[in-house]
Amino acid sequence: MKLAYWMYAGPAHIGTLRVASSFRNVHAIMHAPLGDDHFNVMRSMSERERDFTPVTASVVDRHVLARGSRDKVVNNISRKDEEQRPDSIVLTPTCTSSILQEDLQNFVDRASLYSESDVILADVNHYRVNELQASDKTLDQIVRYFLNKAREEGSSNRSLTDMPSANIIGISTSGFHNQHDCRELKRLLGELGISINQIIPEGEFLRNLKDLPRAWFNVVPYREMGLMAATFLEKEYGMPFISKPPIGLLNTANFVARIEKLVNLWASVSLGKEVNYDLYVENQTKFVSQAAWFSKSIDCQNLAGKEAAVSGDATHAASITKILVKEMGIRVSCAGTYCKHDAERFNEQVQGLCDEVIITEDHTEIGNMIARIEPSAIFGTQMERHIGKRIDIPCGVISSPVHIQNFPPGYRPFLGYEGSNQISDLVYNSFNLGMEDHLPDVFGGHDTKGVNTKPLSVDRININWSPKAESELRKIPGFVRGKIRRNTEFFAKQNNISEITVDVMYAAKEKSSF
Amino acid sequence: MKTSETLAFECETGNYHTFCPISCVAWLYQKIEDSFFLVVGTKTCGYFLQNALGVTIFAEPRYAMAELEEGDISAKLNDQRELERICLQIKNDRNPCVIFWIGTCTTEIIKMDLEGIAPILEKRLGIPIVVARANGLDYAFTQGEDTVLAAMAHRCPEYKHYAEQESIEHATLVKNSSNSKDISQKKVLTKSNLVLFGSLPSSVASQLNLELKRQSVPVSGWLPSQRYNELPHLGKGVYVCGVNPFLSRTATTLMRRRKCQLVGAPFPIGPDGTRAWIEKICSIFNIKAEGLEERENQIWKKNKDYIQILGGKSVFFMGDNLLEVSIARFLIRCGMTVYEIGIPYMDKRYQSAELSFLQHTCEKMKKPSPRIVEKPDNYSQVQRMHELKPHLAITGMAHANPLEARNIDTKWSVEFTFAQIHGSSNARDVLELVTRPLRRKDGFTSNSRSLSKQTLGN
Ligand code: SF4
Repeated sequence: MKLAYWMYAGPAHIGTLRVASSFRNVHAIMHAPLGDDHFNVMRSMSERERDFTPVTASVVDRHVLARGSRDKVVNNISRKDEEQRPDSIVLTPTCTSSILQEDLQNFVDRASLYSESDVILADVNHYRVNELQASDKTLDQIVRYFLNKAREEGSSNRSLTDMPSANIIGISTSGFHNQHDCRELKRLLGELGISINQIIPEGEFLRNLKDLPRAWFNVVPYREMGLMAATFLEKEYGMPFISKPPIGLLNTANFVARIEKLVNLWASVSLGKEVNYDLYVENQTKFVSQAAWFSKSIDCQNLAGKEAAVSGDATHAASITKILVKEMGIRVSCAGTYCKHDAERFNEQVQGLCDEVIITEDHTEIGNMIARIEPSAIFGTQMERHIGKRIDIPCGVISSPVHIQNFPPGYRPFLGYEGSNQISDLVYNSFNLGMEDHLPDVFGGHDTKGVNTKPLSVDRININWSPKAESELRKIPGFVRGKIRRNTEFFAKQNNISEITVDVMYAAKEKSSF
Repeated sequence: MKTSETLAFECETGNYHTFCPISCVAWLYQKIEDSFFLVVGTKTCGYFLQNALGVTIFAEPRYAMAELEEGDISAKLNDQRELERICLQIKNDRNPCVIFWIGTCTTEIIKMDLEGIAPILEKRLGIPIVVARANGLDYAFTQGEDTVLAAMAHRCPEYKHYAEQESIEHATLVKNSSNSKDISQKKVLTKSNLVLFGSLPSSVASQLNLELKRQSVPVSGWLPSQRYNELPHLGKGVYVCGVNPFLSRTATTLMRRRKCQLVGAPFPIGPDGTRAWIEKICSIFNIKAEGLEERENQIWKKNKDYIQILGGKSVFFMGDNLLEVSIARFLIRCGMTVYEIGIPYMDKRYQSAELSFLQHTCEKMKKPSPRIVEKPDNYSQVQRMHELKPHLAITGMAHANPLEARNIDTKWSVEFTFAQIHGSSNARDVLELVTRPLRRKDGFTSNSRSLSKQTLGN
């Protein structure tokens, strides 16, 4: 048992539902108790979805508990099949079905006999995988299923498209800024003369999946969803894929260079000449994106050397860390992710970019880390935003878990050249607001709030502050106050001083050079 | 039963959307100030709570998950030891006066003996532990509160028996001295022993207290109380009355296990409901309620602007929180036509007074009786709505946006659970909620409807 207040990634079935409900005309039936269809609320509310979420439950109640689902699941599948004629029905297990151990595969087999639609049992175990892993797995499963089916029917199409083309794998409902990213990605590829073969799962028909292998290569913008399917396509169909996201100018340039290589594998045959995107990248970087100029401008100089903490999913946390350090000259004291399953890769990505790496699913650990480091800004999830609120540190939200605010009607991609503009804004505004906030402090202050330097961690040092020292501390600008308190306490502890007076404060200041 | 002859009751497939009953921790931890709620369940439960409760989750709420892992399911780990470790941590960090364990689907299925472990740990930790099984296998949404209150009813101190004798003497006294009103009222004030059950925000609770006090019926306690150690005394000679329609288990527990006398009344929602509720309580104590009619009329008059908007409009309740019958009755009284009252579960005994009041209101307002659909089927309901074209659908958030996109105005039902809707003075809040979608109707958005890909029919 684990005492938990908050989780970054949801349960497995959420991942499956995200994939299933993103495809067009696919219906998911959850094997779940009443009340577990909260996914519908989330999708309908946060994305302001106009259509009914194609998810229903085959309700597990006392009756089912006592006697098993019997025909209930099969009936529910057949009913949906008749009512809405979906192309496919995905039976989705939940934590409840994981322990009931009913033979869901058997239900699926039986229902398949009567249904027009393809019935699939999502192969995810609640206790083994989380939302992100499950979404990856389900997407892989569906792609495999329909490609194998097409192969058996002899309808699969493996001939490459005449012009260079790509699949985008991993755009889905409830993804962080996914819709905007997708648009930006399409534009980027379009400008390189690459057409989009398919985008999955978002909005694609399953019957079209047989044409997936016609693309020249695959793009997996987020490591969290799509890697497994892309790996499968590489192994079975020899399709190369790019899984380094084009987030930030450097990454985008890398991304385009990767594409150039992949296109040139076939270009001389199909196009009669090789492509070269150098000019495109230069043009975009210099003139289209403002991010490069921005980081040279005086504004950004002010940010140089400022401290930040980063935390989020593996894709976003790693990319943002790289942007902060390499493109904006900001010091990242700590970079972290909750994607434990991708820890190794994450470590590799941020190696040498930050002082410290933290990999945890426990938000209190992140909170304590932030309280200890006291960065000038945080880049994290909604949770970090609230941690920041409590200790007066501004936060830019860069990653899911998502919130209704993360579905802005305005255009806000994170990917590509427009994405880097957006990220510049986000970073600059976070720091800038922070500075503005502290200016009153510097000029004598209107500090009626009292000192807010309470660390979040429980292991407080047992040291007293004299009232004089306490009021001296209050005169120090807010954004360094916490740090001075900490350094002074550290100094006092080292020198066995139990009460901190003004003298001790200055002694500590001389010792350390802040 | 009389009402069932006239009102049409149906039962569908139970394929409907509602909140899981564990959501009751959201309002109960705020109501019972010294409590801590521990939900013993899985990531599914945790994720639901975290998303359903929105920002409160960031405010260091007094609830948490004891998240079950694979080792707990396969019984590799010892439940008692695990729970002890977690509760000890809660005790150290938060020092609550009571810990509620909320059992979930998983604890039901693996048959974790929460009721057996609780008394042992209660002794070891020196903290009361109350177990309530509020899971999605058995209950819907607000019924979660019902299970918690029913569990709490066992913890209320015993009402001293000797008082009973006095109150009988007293009742005869009241009967014989109807002309010497002063004396009798004073007596009643001290002897009525009325306990109300149902969790309401404290300001609403005091409004209801006040309404009753005006009739010289003092309320001797509430279940739940603001603090755990202020639970009301229960026992023979205590009258209990519910303020919410979803508290049937609590009512049963109070009657059967605590030997209280249940006052069956319509619920104090809307000025009509509030008046009927007070009148019923007064009649139990042989008091002639005074000034209620004027007060009700006043409220109707005060809200004329809103009621005008509602007159002649129709409404469809999809059903997810058990407040449906009372709100429908109120809206019919406001001149609306109710096509359908979907409801998760209908206890015809506990709600009997409310049901006949509904029937009565329909006759009075010359409106057709709505059909009452227990365990509704959301898919079929949407089909019916397609035909009926109601002016307003009261529905969960899963259906609200899609229905709006299909030209049906909606009001989220959950808001009724969290808004202050009890008592005469809060009638305006209910009306405010119901008319909100109708009031904005004339804006420019009404011309740019039906933007969705799916159609309602298929
Ligand atoms: S329905 Fe059951 S499993 Fe789902 S959230 Fe509620 S208690 Fe947990």
